Amino acid sequence: MMKRYLPHPLLTLSLLVVWVFLVNEISAGAVIFGLILAIVIPLITSSFWPGRPRIRNVYAICEYVLIVMWDILVANVIVAGLILFRKTESLESKCVVVPLDLTSTEAITTLAGTITMTPGTVTIDLSADAKSLLVHCLHAPDAQGVVDDIKDRYERRLKEIFE
Amino acid sequence: MPFVVELIISLLIVISGIFLLVGSFGMLKLRDLLTRLHAPTKASTVGLGGALIASMLFFWVERGSFTIHELLITLFIFLTAPITANLIAKAYMLLNVDPNTELPPSNQDEGWSTFDPIGAEGYDPSEEYQEKET
Repeated sequence: MMKRYLPHPLLTLSLLVVWVFLVNEISAGAVIFGLILAIVIPLITSSFWPGRPRIRNVYAICEYVLIVMWDILVANVIVAGLILFRKTESLESKCVVVPLDLTSTEAITTLAGTITMTPGTVTIDLSADAKSLLVHCLHAPDAQGVVDDIKDRYERRLKEIFE
Repeated sequence: MPFVVELIISLLIVISGIFLLVGSFGMLKLRDLLTRLHAPTKASTVGLGGALIASMLFFWVERGSFTIHELLITLFIFLTAPITANLIAKAYMLLNVDPNTELPPSNQDEGWSTFDPIGAEGYDPSEEYQEKET
């Protein structure tokens, strides 16, 4: 019963919160209309979300968000320096391969999005069996270091959150 | 408005302006599309983030109305920007990159999904294509 009408409780909750934020006031009208949307949208789109991700560690999510924000700040300054002070020819742009230990699709999507949003690295492709990510680096003299960094900083924490 | 808040808001706006400018300059300076993709990720993180936090602070302190819309803008940007970047990169690779010579191998059973879209148990059209060629 619960599973049939609320296929994704977390999606429902986040849709409700986003709607109330959009209206920017907590009133009965906003909450009721938000609830209608939050129940109808997961039902309509449920065929796109076959699995139901299980979040095991809420504390780890906060840690992950803070670390990603800090990394984005640091990487922004580094990449700004590269763009301003390096000749384009001397940049060692290359693709590196990140082998994945993650198996859940949600975790891989989050990892790929994180890599893209961190300046200096962009996720380009996923191998067809979802076991490797292809990441393009703006300047990576030490390719193995980039891979180790991604695996140690992000993937390990995502594994704690999702698996 | 207290002086400290004014100072913080102006600092944030100046910082975000600098990063937006550097991001746009990167689009001009870098040569090929894959390296150019790195410029907008800078602009959409710290550049946009600084301006949005400044806007939140200003309306909170000056007008006394706390809006949360800026956080939502950040959320939507973080949800959509990686997808755009990924699709642009995929389109570029299909047009300009030879998967056999220019990309590192995936070190797995299957190749990169843009060129080899069929998964582990599936049928792989690229084999048939290669047989026809030889």
